[in-house]
Amino acid sequence: MTDRNSGPLGLDDYPLAEKRPDLVKGRRGLGADDITLANVLTGAVVADDLSITAGALHQQAAISRAAGRSTLAQNFERAAEMVDIPQDMIMRTYELLRPGRAKTKSELLDIAKELGSTYKATRLAAFVTEAAEVYEQRGLFKRRY
Amino acid sequence: MAQEPHASANRWKRFSDWDERPLRLDRFAAEDPANGFAAFTSPNDPKPSVAGGAGGISAMDGRAAADFDMIDTFIARYHLDHEVMDEAMALPSIEVARMLVDMTVPRTELVRLARGMTPAKLAEVVAHLSALEIAFAYSKMRARKTPGNQAHVTNAKDDPLQLAADAATAVAFGFDEIETTMRVARNAWSNAVACAVGAAVGRWGVLFQCSSEEAEELQIGMAGFTSYAETVSVYGTEKSFVDGDDTPWSKAFLAAAYASRGIKMRCTSGAGSELLMGYHEARSMLYLEARCLCLQRAMGVQGTQNGGIDGAPVTCTVPGGMRELMAENLIAVWLDLECASGNDARPTESEIRVGAKILPFLIAGSDLICSGFGSILKYDNSFNASLLNGEEMEDYLVLQRDFEADGGLTPVEETRVLELRKRAVDAISAVLEELQLASPTAAMKASVVAASGSDETQSFTPREVALVSDAIKARNIGVLDVIKALASRGFGQEAQHLLNLVRLRVSGDYLQTSAMIRNGRVMSAINDPNDYQGPGTGYRLSKARRDEIVAIRDVLTREEVLRAEAVHKAAESRRIRYRTVGPAGEGGAANEVVIGISPAFGDKLFQTVAGHSLSALLKALTDGISSNGGTSRIVRMRHTADTSFLGLSAARLAGSGVGIGIQAKGTAVIHQRDRLPHNNLELFSNSPITTLDHYRRMGANAASYAKGDMPEPVVVPTRGEAMGARYHAKVSLIYAIETEMTAEGATPEDIEISFLEERA
Repeated sequence: MTDRNSGPLGLDDYPLAEKRPDLVKGRRGLGADDITLANVLTGAVVADDLSITAGALHQQAAISRAAGRSTLAQNFERAAEMVDIPQDMIMRTYELLRPGRAKTKSELLDIAKELGSTYKATRLAAFVTEAAEVYEQRGLFKRRY
Repeated sequence: MAQEPHASANRWKRFSDWDERPLRLDRFAAEDPANGFAAFTSPNDPKPSVAGGAGGISAMDGRAAADFDMIDTFIARYHLDHEVMDEAMALPSIEVARMLVDMTVPRTELVRLARGMTPAKLAEVVAHLSALEIAFAYSKMRARKTPGNQAHVTNAKDDPLQLAADAATAVAFGFDEIETTMRVARNAWSNAVACAVGAAVGRWGVLFQCSSEEAEELQIGMAGFTSYAETVSVYGTEKSFVDGDDTPWSKAFLAAAYASRGIKMRCTSGAGSELLMGYHEARSMLYLEARCLCLQRAMGVQGTQNGGIDGAPVTCTVPGGMRELMAENLIAVWLDLECASGNDARPTESEIRVGAKILPFLIAGSDLICSGFGSILKYDNSFNASLLNGEEMEDYLVLQRDFEADGGLTPVEETRVLELRKRAVDAISAVLEELQLASPTAAMKASVVAASGSDETQSFTPREVALVSDAIKARNIGVLDVIKALASRGFGQEAQHLLNLVRLRVSGDYLQTSAMIRNGRVMSAINDPNDYQGPGTGYRLSKARRDEIVAIRDVLTREEVLRAEAVHKAAESRRIRYRTVGPAGEGGAANEVVIGISPAFGDKLFQTVAGHSLSALLKALTDGISSNGGTSRIVRMRHTADTSFLGLSAARLAGSGVGIGIQAKGTAVIHQRDRLPHNNLELFSNSPITTLDHYRRMGANAASYAKGDMPEPVVVPTRGEAMGARYHAKVSLIYAIETEMTAEGATPEDIEISFLEERA
């Protein structure tokens, strides 16, 4: 993630809410200054305005990398792909990743494909595909209950 | 009796005494690596090794890639950093162990090396360290500089009023996170709303989690009530993992799901879990835990709840178990993970073991020292009792003060706690009413505000709570609805506090490693990194923070002692009159016993430490002397305040050569003219347990010595009370008043006393 002015975000930009309030926007574009109690009471602030965005997760990933935490950054990047995936799709994928839920490898590969094509979640698709390979090797496609 | 008692003895009775101590309720296990009962090493643990290949890692810790289980595969792919692997694995483990305790080797360098180490290597390194070295390395290696703490807030009825009151109380005592869970699973939504509201009372910024079923927990988080999750468990063997109904991939997916909803998340792992789940592969607890921790770093979670956790009790049954729990926490922070360092599930019935368990973490500091501390009473803890609980919270506050160590908590005044509890109960009641969920009565509210635990409340039943909880869920009530309800019912500050916390979600700042919120600011390992490099660096108590920690309740001051004496003085003036006659001469009748009183006796000080008025004490002594045919003379000494010298000086003035020395605090001695100062006839050093009857018998014995008899000495029985702890602060303050009144070479003076009729 690069800052539009001065290259990648780094440790000095953290916490963003303090150091870079210009970058902090909710899903409908509202900034921290707009998220006031008065606006909540009038209904001008809705739940979406309190949700993290893919952009914010990429910003935090850049900061994690700058701090030497590449695996945490990868987690944030996977998360960024999930922001716009509906909750039931996320829970369906999670459920299918649990042991014995998928009875065949292709069930996992199908959902990986759906993640990649419908939601453009390429990292997640690759991650689920990888799980399918490992589950096959470890004999996880069997009934548990 | 046919036999001598000693001949029939088959047991030293001390063992019977020991049988009765709480410790013996703890059950210890034999070390047995083949059956998983081994803390640090097992013959079945692999030797550290790694081999890279074109397609990645070809072997790790003695296992070829083709034989990797899921955990091995995940660690090999995501944890091991190929750029440092060869360098790190080649370093002798003992050398790395020394680097961990070498204050000149920076944390960052050790964190870099850990990325290239396998689980077996990490375990082998920390096994070289003693418990003390582990604690020191932990304080150097933990990620965030400022320590924090986490509370459990639950109750046996899932009562929302009590949850709100107890959440507000936990917030007031300074916890950075609070965690709730339920007795009845469907009450999760009600618990979440109640704690979220309670945690917004007084100050804001305490992160909150509601431990429940995975999917529901995520939903509650998405509704905005919770801000973090930590019950995402991982295990060190594949079979345990699968029985836990997850895989590294499913858990890593869940971790990303939490981040995608702006919710902070840490995993949970701890020694003993594989043993409890029946699949330990005959490995040591530490090696299995090293696998869990490498896995967590590999998954990309920012932190871990680690240190036995639910497995802590079984871990503490084996030799080195507590040291192992410290060692796994060290691996966690060495892997650059936030560490909520256990110290929760109560691993012992012995209060000594409890105190010993917490001390290294208290003085080393930790991101969250307990995960969590039972801020409620033991029976109200729906996670089961913690290492430390509501009952023992003041003990912990005092430990902070004793060691000048920041355990994350702050003493709070009684009146303040009561105000906050009342406010919290009113706030949650307003929300329940405003959202038409329930209508708590005044009696329900009052019972909760004052209650120490749910046994004392007349509030909601679990069934009534279930109806509330179901309604919150069914009606999709979210945090904005609660904020609006608070604001519309006059709880604008709480509404603002809750909004402030939820608003932080947008930036994602608190998703970074070791994030907490202090004074409205996110503090994490990024903007508050642990920079320990020896004395004068790392976390130090600021003056302001020290002032907070030392301010426990009910501390004794000189002013308080003087105030109490002023009250006694008024009472004593109605009971006794002291008249100075003039310089005291030597000799008198052969049956004369001199009572040498101390400089402040009846002048500035009026009551013994045991609470006897000095008039009653003198009456008992003089009655005792006359009961045995003696006469008494009172002489005030000003040249000394010391009991032995008071007594010896008195003896030298007495016609019988026997004297009593007595201080205002009640310490007394019977002395004789020709003895050395500290070689007295009888000493009454335990003034707090000396009764008026003892003083009367003391007088009688003094008269008996005066006659040349040898009476049975008076023994003041002690039951081993910690006299010093109870009384020495007061005694020192009182005695200073005596010594201030001494004057070198001052002449003893005869005092005439008259007992007055006490008038109302």
